[in-house]
Amino acid sequence: MNPVVDVVVIGGGHCGLAMSRALTQRSIDHVVIERGEVGQAWRAERWDSLRLLTPNWMTQLPGQGYTGPDPGGYMGAGEVAAFLADYARRISAPVVTGTTVLRVSALASGYLVHTDRGDWRCRALVLASGAYRKPVVPALLAQALPPGITQLTSQAYKRPGQLDDGGVLVVGASATGLQLAQEIHHSGRPVTLAVGEHVRMPRLYRGRDVQWWMLASGLLDQRIEQVDDAARVRRLPSPQLVGTRERSTLDLNLLQQQGVQVVGRLAGVRDGRALFSGSLRNVCALADLKMNRLLDGFDAWAQREGLAASVLGPNRLERPGATVVAASPVLSLALEPQIRTVLWATGLRPDHSWLALPVFDRHGGLLHEGGVVQGAPGVVALGLPFMRRRKSSFIHGAGDDAHELAAHLAEHLDRSAGLRRHATPAAAARPFIGPSTAFTSESLAS
Amino acid sequence: MQTQTTTAANTVSNGVNVQALLGAREALSQAPEAARFKWRATSEWVHGTQSRTTIDGFHGLGGEQRHRQAFEFHTDHPEIFASEDKGATPVEMVLVGLAGCLSAGVAAVAQHRNIQLRSVKATLEAGMDIQGILGIDDKVRNGFDGVKVHFEIDADATPEQIAALVAQSQKRSAVFDIMTNPTDVHVTASKRT
Repeated sequence: MNPVVDVVVIGGGHCGLAMSRALTQRSIDHVVIERGEVGQAWRAERWDSLRLLTPNWMTQLPGQGYTGPDPGGYMGAGEVAAFLADYARRISAPVVTGTTVLRVSALASGYLVHTDRGDWRCRALVLASGAYRKPVVPALLAQALPPGITQLTSQAYKRPGQLDDGGVLVVGASATGLQLAQEIHHSGRPVTLAVGEHVRMPRLYRGRDVQWWMLASGLLDQRIEQVDDAARVRRLPSPQLVGTRERSTLDLNLLQQQGVQVVGRLAGVRDGRALFSGSLRNVCALADLKMNRLLDGFDAWAQREGLAASVLGPNRLERPGATVVAASPVLSLALEPQIRTVLWATGLRPDHSWLALPVFDRHGGLLHEGGVVQGAPGVVALGLPFMRRRKSSFIHGAGDDAHELAAHLAEHLDRSAGLRRHATPAAAARPFIGPSTAFTSESLAS
Repeated sequence: MQTQTTTAANTVSNGVNVQALLGAREALSQAPEAARFKWRATSEWVHGTQSRTTIDGFHGLGGEQRHRQAFEFHTDHPEIFASEDKGATPVEMVLVGLAGCLSAGVAAVAQHRNIQLRSVKATLEAGMDIQGILGIDDKVRNGFDGVKVHFEIDADATPEQIAALVAQSQKRSAVFDIMTNPTDVHVTASKRT
């Protein structure tokens, strides 16, 4: 007989742990299945120099804030993994490590979770295996590249030393693309960076971290229902930010000053040449306009809140200047012999290939409403971009979503159990684990 | 004041039926097959460098469609090319397409953003080194070496809002995309009987 549990949480990262705590608080019987160790992606699937895009004081999970000496700094991947491991211990999360989920299917009632170390039966399921698991690579372009060129995704990239000497074409202008372009350029390899639509932000605005502004002004708490075009905001690439000791801004202007060649979106490969879109000027104009609207919004918020004197005060930092685009941007580039490596920084998506349920749209995207998966009662997701709120994919965003979705699961379990659950006060008899301090987003702003 | 603003917002009209466009967007996201269009043109060589191109039917929304009338366009080359100049140069027709596409986009985006337009003037200039088409220099491409478009827009909007209209129009423009990205062009021939 397979073990039976009310809820199986798939993934022992920040989302799975936040949900585990919320379920524990409700005395809901559950298990967290983790393919490796807690925080596995941070241990094995990130490049060496990666740091969070959010400052340490924002790296919070329900009941656990940052207590280290550097609240304004940015954690490296190893520190994030340690933070999560510490959290898992503190909340006594029932994590089953070293167990990979191979298939999840529906039973007459509930779900069967088939793993490489036995099966579980459950009545509800939490998909918390990560929003950034599977690289998105434009297949036609990848196939068209000459076979002599090494192709690598940002997930497989660790450090410049693993690349051949010689030129590198970095495709993608998110935080990842810009950070890797800079790091590889500093290693002495000439870098060309292909830039499509992107999100530009200064690291600091008026002396404060831009993430402080995002959070304090309420932007990160903005709910998906308040947004005009949900599909669009969910597709947005990560903002061009980097977490460094100097809290410096990373943008296309800096990279160009340092010697990185900036070109348009990689639009085709023909006769051994990479062809770049002539839209570079416009995607830069769009990003500049949006950045300035964002900063205008911060100013307006500060004025409304009466923070003008203390926050706006002296204009400590000028607005970043318009993105400089070469008079004649390069439209095509002979790949060989100059370019030895193409590094795809074209985004990561969730991997739900093991989920044998009819819950996907025609592009393979998970059909869900605020994380409540459509077509599979009692299945919820966590951590997807702008899933319920702008902060849903942030570490500190997991708490509120987990809290609300745990309530949804509790209702589902009650409904599916009928009176049985109310007849046995098993839930009330379970020990209560973990601190009960209510987690509110307000507490982060202080 | 509040009422006036609301009234003004509701009366913005650039002659673009944004509701219909949004409705189509919603409907076509559910029926992707109907979103597949075929645009067509037929041309007859007239004489010299002159051709007459007719635009009439197209395919879309799952069936054959027609314009309200057929449109004819004459293309030729100017007299300095020893031609008769009976119509715009084909490369100028490309500018016609770009101007029409971007301006339509500006109007639609303005309507959607509740911005009243009074005038939208676009001035376009494309650079071209004809050493390419004349085969003088293999290093010179046949086509444009660059296109400049300048919009002069009179509207109830800030300069930033106007810049954003023009940027968004480029982002959603078919002709802008056609001109900025490679397109597979497949030309065949047969003997007329």
